[in-house]
Amino acid sequence: MSGQPHSMPEFPERIDKALKDQQLRGALRYTADRLYNGRKNAMADLNAQAAEDLSIGTLHDLKKRAREIKEHSLKNLDFYLQQAAANIEAAGGTVHWAASAADVIHITQEICHRSGAQRVIKAKSMASEEVFLNHALEGQGVEVVESDLGEYIIQLAGETPAHIVIPAIHKTRRQIADLFGEVAGKEMPTDTPSLTAFARETLRKKFMAADVGMSGSNFVVANSGTLCIVTNEGNGRLSTSVPSVHIAVVGMEKLVPSMEDLSVLMALLPRSATGQKISTYFNMITGPRRPGEPDGPEELHVIFMDNGRTNLLGSEYEEALYCIRCGACLNACPVYRNIGGHAYGAIYPGPIGAVISPLLNGLESWNDLPQASSLCGACHEVCPVGIHLHDHLVSLRAKMAEQGKDSWGWRVAMRVWMGLWLKPWAYRLMSKVGYHGLKFFAKKQADGREICTDLPGPFKGWTNTRNFPAVARRTFHDRWADLEGGESK
Amino acid sequence: MRVSLFVTCLADHFYPEVGEAVVHLLRRHGVSVDFPAGQTCCGQPAWNTGHQDEAKAFALQYLKTFENSEYIVMPSGSCAGHVRYFYPQMFKNDKEFFKPICDIADRTYEFSEFMVKVLGLKDIGATYKAKAVYHNNCHMNRELGVRDEPLELLRHVRGLELVDNPRPELCCGFGGAFSVKMPEISTAMADEKIGTLASTQADLLISADGGCLMHMGGRMGRTGVQMRPIHLAQLLWEGVQKK
Repeated sequence: MSGQPHSMPEFPERIDKALKDQQLRGALRYTADRLYNGRKNAMADLNAQAAEDLSIGTLHDLKKRAREIKEHSLKNLDFYLQQAAANIEAAGGTVHWAASAADVIHITQEICHRSGAQRVIKAKSMASEEVFLNHALEGQGVEVVESDLGEYIIQLAGETPAHIVIPAIHKTRRQIADLFGEVAGKEMPTDTPSLTAFARETLRKKFMAADVGMSGSNFVVANSGTLCIVTNEGNGRLSTSVPSVHIAVVGMEKLVPSMEDLSVLMALLPRSATGQKISTYFNMITGPRRPGEPDGPEELHVIFMDNGRTNLLGSEYEEALYCIRCGACLNACPVYRNIGGHAYGAIYPGPIGAVISPLLNGLESWNDLPQASSLCGACHEVCPVGIHLHDHLVSLRAKMAEQGKDSWGWRVAMRVWMGLWLKPWAYRLMSKVGYHGLKFFAKKQADGREICTDLPGPFKGWTNTRNFPAVARRTFHDRWADLEGGESK
Repeated sequence: MRVSLFVTCLADHFYPEVGEAVVHLLRRHGVSVDFPAGQTCCGQPAWNTGHQDEAKAFALQYLKTFENSEYIVMPSGSCAGHVRYFYPQMFKNDKEFFKPICDIADRTYEFSEFMVKVLGLKDIGATYKAKAVYHNNCHMNRELGVRDEPLELLRHVRGLELVDNPRPELCCGFGGAFSVKMPEISTAMADEKIGTLASTQADLLISADGGCLMHMGGRMGRTGVQMRPIHLAQLLWEGVQKK
């Protein structure tokens, strides 16, 4: 499956739409910069603390340990999945296994149906976005309300998240006020206290009325069966403790062996995501309500989801499963900050999305996303688990090229060009062909340099917006004869 | 000491004066320079577009061309990054070529890196009266790990007012074939980058890579931003002659 329920315009059209939306780009850059700088400062603080022995390690140390933990967990995934499942069940929870998106939907619908649920309240969960769960539940007549403020905003707008961590990153204050105004039936002011107060009041009623609470889980500690939920709004705690049934949808790569391992990853996640040392709320849930406890759900269901993750296990792309969904690569990406999440089309945008979307869904889908990168490597630089994102993008391009997914014209042009340049004599001959070819189009500028402003064929994309230099009449190869054996003063 | 110049295809065709500047500067510091005629391209365009067999053929051609060279120096952080970072990856499972490829990668240097790290130079005796901003090349920074060397050389140029790059981590949007395959995004990136650089009011835009200069220069020429793009080696050589 393509991981995409509705038809959408082609990638170039989506890019075009995003680039023309100045409001979107302004909002994106503003928040991406804030998050990027927040992360940078938090990591500098972490390193400074480590130097005084006040933290569990420098960024470098933690990154290395995080990679070891994730590598070990994935190499022994069968063991940790079983251990986690046994511990969740021992604590009174129920574990479900979902191979596909359809399985997740089916299992969730069954639980809702059995418990007679009419209303579902959700904490933020990319796993549920991945399988379009809201859509499926609503189709069954169940009301689904997103309780994360950003998710609530995009739910009202009828959109998917534009960012892994900040779903409404692309929305301006004015747009949010308009969306809330439609719910309130009156004009809303645009200041933050008024907007959050409105969301709080509206959502509080939904929390209290919900039959089922749904969440994801940022980490699952295998040796205790503990689900961990990172939020800044407390909606994760309400969603998972007020309704009588809690369903958690968890990507199966989320396992960590122990609490000690968790401490390493938790030192990295909030810092990388928002620049916080720790999120405002951090919930650790082991089993449903126990006898004598005043709150918590009566039932806890944990759905471990594969949905394409096994495609990556044991492959050259396995480390993409190390991802802790912090979104740092999105904030650092110069492509993402110009086009935003929706242009990517896939649920996971940005560099990590361009890598995992074709891998999770099959290389026949989303295969144009890996092209949308200048390979600058900013993503790898900020990734807290050191995923070689730009290398994987190159590797995916190679897979696409092997499978003939490049356009025919592009393929032939590349082959001919490369074939010629591999022969030194042909390379030098091509220089002369290039010189005369470009000279035909070149114009002399005031400073004497020759430039081309309107080239045909594949170069048109360049000269539509940029000047292209003419080839030098005498290339360096030609000039070497003058330099050879000479002395320079 | 003997250095072989790998001029790079971009400098060869579009900026031959950059190659000349490198030769003059190296000779000025007692290095003898040769130029193996069999050289063409490092193969990065093939690698980045997913044509891995061709990219490996370019790597082997580089190996053959420079196998007897003591040092190979090139005026491009991106090409040097490709040789040092990706060549060994390409041949990691190749018993025959892995070792020689790693050896030649180790002997490969970006120009400013060679001047500072190998020749131990900081002040090459240049004078250049201008206000300038230095643009960081992504591959040079992130694949090669060369960040401070060009700045070290520039800080010692007399008369040069070097202003801070406000967003050194931000890519100019070139990305090789990306610039023609996804021209709209590439141009949007260039505009953002040029905006941050132009905000410094610098007269010169210096980089150690022809690709970035060609891209930003091409865009500035179109939009009328008045900043002269110039390669680090060319600036230094002009600065030495001005003395």
